[in-house]
Amino acid sequence: MSCDQCHEREAVIHLTQIVNEQATTIHLCERCAAEKGVESTASVEQNPFAKLVAASMGKASPDLTLVGAGTRGACPRCGATLQDFRESGRLGCADCWRAFEAPLRDLLRRLHGSTVHMGERYAERDGAVRANGDSAPRQADLREQLRLAIETENFELAAELRDRLRVLE
Amino acid sequence: MIDLSLLTDGGVGWLDASGPASHLVLSTRIRLARNLADHVFLTRNSEPDREEILSLVHRAAQDTVLLRRAVTFRLDSLERTERQLLHERHLVSKELAGLDSDGKVRAGASVLVQDRLGVMLNEEDHLRLQGLHSGLALEQAYSEVDRLDAELGQRLPFAFHPEFGYLTSCPTNVGTGLRASVLIHLPGLVLTKEMSKVLQGLAQVGLTFRGLYGEGSEFVGNFFQLSNQTTLGKSETELLDHLGKMVRQVIDYEEQARQVLLRDAPTIIEDKVWRAFGLLRYARSLSFDEAINLFSGVRLGVGIGLISGVGMYTLNKLLVYTQPAHLAVAHGLGIADPELSVRRAQYVRRVLEEEVGRRA
Repeated sequence: MSCDQCHEREAVIHLTQIVNEQATTIHLCERCAAEKGVESTASVEQNPFAKLVAASMGKASPDLTLVGAGTRGACPRCGATLQDFRESGRLGCADCWRAFEAPLRDLLRRLHGSTVHMGERYAERDGAVRANGDSAPRQADLREQLRLAIETENFELAAELRDRLRVLE
Repeated sequence: MIDLSLLTDGGVGWLDASGPASHLVLSTRIRLARNLADHVFLTRNSEPDREEILSLVHRAAQDTVLLRRAVTFRLDSLERTERQLLHERHLVSKELAGLDSDGKVRAGASVLVQDRLGVMLNEEDHLRLQGLHSGLALEQAYSEVDRLDAELGQRLPFAFHPEFGYLTSCPTNVGTGLRASVLIHLPGLVLTKEMSKVLQGLAQVGLTFRGLYGEGSEFVGNFFQLSNQTTLGKSETELLDHLGKMVRQVIDYEEQARQVLLRDAPTIIEDKVWRAFGLLRYARSLSFDEAINLFSGVRLGVGIGLISGVGMYTLNKLLVYTQPAHLAVAHGLGIADPELSVRRAQYVRRVLEEEVGRRA
């Protein structure tokens, strides 16, 4: 299989990234991968953070064709560039995480030894804010509030919530 | 003027020394970093953006159970000493309080507080949910903050990525956004010169340590904050279990170190403890640095049973109320006024006298 980037050398690195919840795999040769700041071995060192940012981002070329939607390495939403991140160590917005996904993934591997969140998932929480607000979680939400109110001995609120629930039911 | 009486427990309920292992562990703190998906992060946002975030979170908080009666402190409208007081109470970070070297407060910097829970707003992340508990209480503290997270998450669109988890401004916090810290007093390990070895060991197992006032603060009075270093790749429960296990091990080491001290150098330890107690009871002027080191000596004395007339709660109270901004606000003095050292010594003498008299 040849490299997706130079179409000349043999691809040795196969990088799967998730953009807008869709997985795409990119095949790169060692040199193209190195130019994009992707390393073939994931080293988990305990270096100070600043050094890590510099080490993992320093090699990334300004032309990050690997990045999601942005052009020339700028986040399409807030306009932050990798250079901005390199200097401040802070991202500009939630979309930066998508725009700079590949180099960030490498950084996360060094910082946390992993790139995959294993904790609570926001969307799976009861009644988490979604684009289409349906009314079904509303009752469950009120019941949970009622439970909390009773537990925290906030009886005035509990009475109010009970009345609201009665109306819905 | 800041009105702390609005807080039900004065914001120091975590001091009461009621929690597990509270002879060594002062408090457990849990913090969750969250951002609103539809607002740019702090480094790129404007003052109106931050105001909007404030009002959105306020509205959401009023609709919750856990924060509906919250008191709001707008740090950008408080004097420096008042901001420092909130920081001394561990209610806000040094950064949010604008106590870094440039001394500037960010417009929109605020904190909501209700009982043991709070939310810092317009910190490095839009929201920093936090909970403080007395003693070593990782699960209890987390479960409260987790419920607050659920309540707010139902009302606010948090930035979340299917692979990376909760998105934060700094990659060191991404994923769970969870930082759990245990504030622990370790004089035995410091005196036996074992502390650096222990801290090195902790770094190797993915934990980190800070001083009494969190990030970038000095190690004073043999107090250390131990917390998880990584936030991604492990579940909240795994992170807490790991930290808890390590803290319990550190507690064992500390107890052993105290036994060694009592066995091998009893005279030196007794002298150290009683000197500390004597100075606190009779000194006419105390700097905060001197006071906190003496508190450490007395705390050790109480812990190993040398001093019996002083409670941990009293020692915790002394630690909080002798801090510079606390004394300055209480007496209407400037933060750098040399009179503070005199007032500090007065306060310490009075509290100890009452305590010893009461218990005798």
